[in-house]
Amino acid sequence: MDTPVQLTIDDQAVSAAPGTTIHKAARAAGIVIPTICYHDYCTANALCRICVVEVEGSRTLVPACVAFVAEGMRVRTQTERVRRARKNILEMLASTVDLSEAPEILALMKEYGADAQRFPGALKRDPPLVDDNPMYIRDYAKCILCWRCVQVCASDAQYTYAINFEKRGFHTQISTFFQRPMPLTTCVFCGQCVGVCPTGALKSRRAWLLEQGMLE
Amino acid sequence: MPESDLSPLHAVLEELASQGRAALLPALHAAQDLYGHIPEPVAFEIGRVLRVPLAEVHGVIDFYALFSREPAAKTVIQVCNDPVCAMAGSEEFLKTLRRQNVTVHQAPCLGLCEHAPAIIVREAQRGHVKPGKITETIGEAPRSLLGGDIALLTRNCGTGRATALLEYEAAGGYLALRKVLTLPPDQVIAEIKASGLVGRGGAAFPTGLKWEGAAKATGERKFVVCNGDEAEPGTFKDRVIMEEDPHGVLEGLIIAAYAIGANKGYLFIRGEYHRAFKTMAVAVAEARAGGHLGASVLGSDFAFDVEVRRGAGAYVCGEETALFEAIEGKRGFPRVKPPFPTTHGLFGMPTVINNVETLRNVPLILTLGTARYRSLGTEKSPGPKLFCVSGDVARPGLYEVPFGVTIRHLLEDLAGGIRKGHRLQAILFGGAAGAFATEKDLDVRLSFEDLRAAGLPLGSGVVMVFDESRDLRDILLRLARFFAHESCGKCYPCQIGTQRQMEILERIAAGGALLSDAACLSDVGWTMTDASLCGLGQTAASAVISALKLWPRLFEGR
Ligand SMILES: Cc1cc2nc3c(=O)[nH]c(=O)nc-3n(C[C@H](O)[C@H](O)[C@H](O)COP(=O)(O)O)c2cc1C
Ligand code: SF4
Ligand code: SF4
Ligand code: FES
Repeated sequence: MDTPVQLTIDDQAVSAAPGTTIHKAARAAGIVIPTICYHDYCTANALCRICVVEVEGSRTLVPACVAFVAEGMRVRTQTERVRRARKNILEMLASTVDLSEAPEILALMKEYGADAQRFPGALKRDPPLVDDNPMYIRDYAKCILCWRCVQVCASDAQYTYAINFEKRGFHTQISTFFQRPMPLTTCVFCGQCVGVCPTGALKSRRAWLLEQGMLE
Repeated sequence: MPESDLSPLHAVLEELASQGRAALLPALHAAQDLYGHIPEPVAFEIGRVLRVPLAEVHGVIDFYALFSREPAAKTVIQVCNDPVCAMAGSEEFLKTLRRQNVTVHQAPCLGLCEHAPAIIVREAQRGHVKPGKITETIGEAPRSLLGGDIALLTRNCGTGRATALLEYEAAGGYLALRKVLTLPPDQVIAEIKASGLVGRGGAAFPTGLKWEGAAKATGERKFVVCNGDEAEPGTFKDRVIMEEDPHGVLEGLIIAAYAIGANKGYLFIRGEYHRAFKTMAVAVAEARAGGHLGASVLGSDFAFDVEVRRGAGAYVCGEETALFEAIEGKRGFPRVKPPFPTTHGLFGMPTVINNVETLRNVPLILTLGTARYRSLGTEKSPGPKLFCVSGDVARPGLYEVPFGVTIRHLLEDLAGGIRKGHRLQAILFGGAAGAFATEKDLDVRLSFEDLRAAGLPLGSGVVMVFDESRDLRDILLRLARFFAHESCGKCYPCQIGTQRQMEILERIAAGGALLSDAACLSDVGWTMTDASLCGLGQTAASAVISALKLWPRLFEGR
């Protein structure tokens, strides 16, 4: 085994195996760094940036979910810069999508004092709900673009490649090939995407019908 | 071409099939050219033949602005609507277009700022256009506008046409390569290190160190890539070099390949730069025929060949790792770094990627010798540098100077000062991702160290000048629109932040700023700067933050 590296996280001495992420090293030391896009079973792509921390000597903040520990590293997880970025990212997210079924994000908003009304007149992403197959519905007004569904549908799990992205930037959406209805794609209805979706954007059709009062 | 006829597409795909997914962008370009858009059956065939999952074909088409799933009118015209062209009248021009049967794309900066307002009609670049009927001969064909104290990098430019291989060699071209082929690779790297050359693409990384990193890295193959994706608003230097001195760039790339031991290179050229693309493709063919490329470069046992690739309308693909993704046939999402390209670059292999101007310096260094090269410029910023001067000066153009001259010298002595009857208000330095300078900065010397001390980024060498008559709020809004349009959407701070920044600036430019707007703008700006994944988001608020400091009253709300 490689010799562990020594670092400090919030002034606490921490030792971790080389190749450990800052996020995991902190977790083992009892320090919680918040995450949104990160999922233990998906490739981490450092999308949400809620996990950013200050690392001495680094110009920008560093995403803890993908950055590795290094010898002598000094990490701070709750500085003013860090908290400003986290609060602002949460406020921007709340101004963009419907977070009503994302309790973990709502709890973070409370913790960071984020104001959901910070951006008056902000454009929301609000496409119509897609109900095109018997298994699940897709309500992308709740989608935070964490990429988990795309990844589990592709090389993180199922290798079916039924979904990918449409457009880019703020207007990005998850989509099938030329918006074909799900039964006309390579989807095998394994349900893994529904399982990893953190916001209720993907939901079993049965659960959705129950909520709508359309099923007893 | 009727979209039901897939036979011309099949002819193209047959040629590309062996490359698999790496041929996706070339295949989509071919389809877009054949059919005017990319309809579903065409996208399906491309995915089937190149073995790319259909949903991913869809994702790639949608990422790039030059590909479209919707049909367009026969004549597509791109009108630059960024600051300099807007100041020169592109809005008025756009109004007259709406009455004609053409599809109009408001394009991000077309890299023709010294000829503003500029457009592209059916692949033809046109400058100084005035409202009127659209034909390929509207306005003027842009001719390079060169100036400066020296002409080393631009020695073969200014003729308005490409320097052919024979002419290039007659003027001493490819002598550097001939010399290099007799040296061991590590000695070539040592020369480049000793010259003090740093990258001209914006990040100012020492070129010799980069080459050394890739030379030492292990990989079954290595690559060199020339970054000709120039799309930073206000930048046009790489276009001029590629259009008029293609072999100067190619020679630099071949030397880089020899130094690190790469046998394959790519020239990645911005999709809107049709002329640079054709010129570079001709130069590569000439070099192949002349034995400068191929199984035995100039009779040596070094094998090297180059593929010329077109971008497809995405500024972010100038970011090195996004550019690799584009060559690999993917959406141009920047990768998380580290690992860096020198160990994990194109196709995961050790790769050197350099800017066009950087590569043009390479043969120059090897012919002049390090001592003479370093006699130009300052101790910490040796050599010649190109500046793209545009906006409200008497003579906009591309200026070559040794590092260390003052901003005043560049603007007043070389570019003729502010246009008649006006005075200087502000200079945007370094491009859309840059910062503002004012009158008080005019005596700052143009070197990495002096500019850094003054808080000004050198960036890609942009010097965009605004006189007192210009509304800086409108300029900022245009920059913000550019970033919102070009954000790839991968990371949240930039994906949402560029949109919010634009919305707030829309309000401010329209005179309806809210009391909370300045604070929101600053917070969004700092969050993008601190927490974004790549350089695009990290600099998307740079000009806004500098304006907030210099002119807080511009942002006051009620
Ligand atoms: C958003 C973005 C756009 C960029 N565009 C370009 C470009 O058009 N040309 C370029 O050479 N470098 C560009 N860069 C910088 C490249 O990532 C890279 O640093 C450069 O090509 C390295 O070459 P150099 O060392 O010769 O400068 C861009 C970077 C970012 C973040
Ligand atoms: S649908 Fe759900 S899992 Fe998929 S990207 Fe959106 S939020 Fe993530
Ligand atoms: S900073 Fe912007 S362009 Fe760069 S990865 Fe993030 S969203 Fe994409
Ligand atoms: S959890 Fe690290 S970027 Fe999302």
